[in-house]
Amino acid sequence: MDPLSTTAPAPSLAVSRLAYAYPDGHQALFGVDLTVGRGERVALLGPNGAGKTTLVLHLNGILEAGAGTVEIAGLPVGKEHLAEIRRRVGIVFQDPDDQLFMPTVREDVAFGPASAGLRGDALDERVTEALTRVGMADFADRPPHHLSFGQRRRVAVATVLAMRPEILVLDEPSSNLDPASRRELADILRSLDVTVLMVTHDLPYALELCPRSVVLSGGVIVADGTTQQLLCDEELMRTHRLELPFGFDPRSVDVPL
Amino acid sequence: MGAGHAHKLYRHGHSPVHALPAHCKIAAVFCFVLVVVSTPREAVWAFGLYALLIAAAAAAARIPAGFLLKRLLIEVPFVAFALLMPFVAEGPRTEVLGMSLSASGLWGAWNILAKGTLGVAASVLLAATTELRELLLGLQRLRMPPLLVQIASFMIRYGDVITDEMRRMRIARLSRGFEARGIRHWGVLAKSAGALFIRSYERGERVHLAMVSRGYTGTMPRLAETTATRTQWTRAAALPLAALAVCLLGWTL
Repeated sequence: MDPLSTTAPAPSLAVSRLAYAYPDGHQALFGVDLTVGRGERVALLGPNGAGKTTLVLHLNGILEAGAGTVEIAGLPVGKEHLAEIRRRVGIVFQDPDDQLFMPTVREDVAFGPASAGLRGDALDERVTEALTRVGMADFADRPPHHLSFGQRRRVAVATVLAMRPEILVLDEPSSNLDPASRRELADILRSLDVTVLMVTHDLPYALELCPRSVVLSGGVIVADGTTQQLLCDEELMRTHRLELPFGFDPRSVDVPL
Repeated sequence: MGAGHAHKLYRHGHSPVHALPAHCKIAAVFCFVLVVVSTPREAVWAFGLYALLIAAAAAAARIPAGFLLKRLLIEVPFVAFALLMPFVAEGPRTEVLGMSLSASGLWGAWNILAKGTLGVAASVLLAATTELRELLLGLQRLRMPPLLVQIASFMIRYGDVITDEMRRMRIARLSRGFEARGIRHWGVLAKSAGALFIRSYERGERVHLAMVSRGYTGTMPRLAETTATRTQWTRAAALPLAALAVCLLGWTL
């Protein structure tokens, strides 16, 4: 594979000193450093306007870094190998109606691999495999807008799983889900053996799924540690407008390892 | 949201007509309409024969007559214009039911009515036996510009989403005590329409982002390639060929 893999495997994601200003002059990122090892599940926390979405859009080269670098499994994000980068980074957007744009679930899941040139039986196999992993194989021929919200979110996960990504990036995966769909999605995410970076405001969900969390605030990473540690740090939480739901005490939870 | 699992125009079935590949059916309907349009309007009997051909095709597709006739009502607003023609057209006039009507206007109205109805009937039949998705694939197969096919498929996909958004906005207006009653309220409706446009536009941007993230480079990957056999083409051609025979008779007789 890549030359770096001869020693230790390169981390799934390596962001170093990443800075970015929007064309209108508003600077969103001021030197972000973040490394996510292979197979890790990391929550990216932070208040609104902290630059979380901006950071996510750098991971697959939609936005181009003003300064600093982003590497996906050793491959630097840049114009030369954008197609490969976009295969390696699977972004699940917040609104599944934005993500599912094809007339049927099957075609939607096939879109990514087919864009990469996969055809015929190999493509069918890939689609079935991805849909099975999220428990939606029976819905392959349905139009996405006839599914429930939770089902659409799961199909959205399948659409990126079908590309066999190195890292799965989820934007607010638990938003708008009822408790049962929330739990089903959590079970699915836990069963996957891919690296996960999860952008969320849902702190209990982060605690449930991600052993490690990072806090992005004001365009820099201000904290990086185990999720339980961070959530118990009242000072840190207050400074960065992070609040736990009423009655939720992160100390009282036995974190699954 | 969506009522059933298929579009309202489509009628599920397993008839020989349903089984034909979409692109054959599209080509057949297109040729049929061309033939009908090029028939001289004086050959009244020819249009009767065309109607019989449509009825035969509907029978083969096991589409009940009532279903077809109800769908034909879509034509009514367009026909209104045809009905005006005998009154406004110039030329020699004749007496019908005590009214003085233009003869050329009558022929013109008949021309539009007969050809229009046959065209709509053929299209309704096509829509009833072919799923929307299949229709798009068929058009793609017939080398329609891919950009147009993409636009059409996005319209199908997001039609429901946008209608739903519109419905939510209406409920939000109603909940705040607003009801459009007269011209004074048009301003509010116009602003809602503007908001809907901007929301749809922004959704468009987000969808594009999601597509680019999954490797979209401007063309849709072709998934299933359906090819038609010679027999299927022959079967689909039966309708326009029969119509062509009628048309030629109409010109020679």
